[in-house]
Amino acid sequence: MDNLLLNQFLLLGAVLFCLGVYGVLARRNAVLVLMSIELILNAVNINLVAFGALWGSISGAIFALFVIAVAAAEVGVGLAIVLLIYRNRRSVDLDDMAEMKG
Amino acid sequence: MVAQNIFFYVFAAAIVFSAFRVVTSNNVVHAALYLVAVLASVAAQYILLAAEFVAATQVLVYIGAIVVLFLFGIMLTRAKIGRDQDLTHKNWATGAATALLLFGVMAYALIDQYHWKQTPLPADTRLIAVNGSNTATVSDAVFSTYLVPFEVVSVLLLAALVGAIVLARKD
Repeated sequence: MDNLLLNQFLLLGAVLFCLGVYGVLARRNAVLVLMSIELILNAVNINLVAFGALWGSISGAIFALFVIAVAAAEVGVGLAIVLLIYRNRRSVDLDDMAEMKG
Repeated sequence: MVAQNIFFYVFAAAIVFSAFRVVTSNNVVHAALYLVAVLASVAAQYILLAAEFVAATQVLVYIGAIVVLFLFGIMLTRAKIGRDQDLTHKNWATGAATALLLFGVMAYALIDQYHWKQTPLPADTRLIAVNGSNTATVSDAVFSTYLVPFEVVSVLLLAALVGAIVLARKD
């Protein structure tokens, strides 16, 4: 057990990413799908900061900050869309949204 | 260094357990609260990597704003507060298989590319920085090298704000 290893953080990011992917695929409630997307974005942020620490560069942290800002914007618009769907259909069940189906 | 490893594994276990509960919980509000645990533990990992400004931003923006937004979303869509068996799709096993396959590929690639012990992080992950802190380096970089992306993000946030109001208001 000496220094922290890059692979520790990358594998943690991979686990978090896959849990997020599972949430996006398996959840029926639109709000829960948005939460799973946050898990995926956090996994990416861990990777960015870890690589920044590896190369001794601040760019990783800066990109993580940009990702956090974009995630805030994404959640704002995403929840507005979910609210609009709820107002029109009285439900946020993703299985009910099949109007585009051919 | 041993202390760093202990803290890493404690918070990594917290992240994995809480993230698992976020995607499997039968209670929407519990899922949101487990999301808080995930985000706080990720902030702890950032501190371990000496990115203290990112950790502070994570706590302020994610836990302070985004989770509150999620709770508003849960209440405004009148999700059932309490247990709800209907939150997971009946074909969840396919999603689990996809996620496991994806993890297998990613773990193989990572272990193959960055062998254990061969890519240690620097013993002191702080950069040779202005005033010895990474926060000062972040501010220097944001207001010089990354000035244009920073302004673009400001405009993006304004556009998202206007868009969210336009979408959500009753007319």
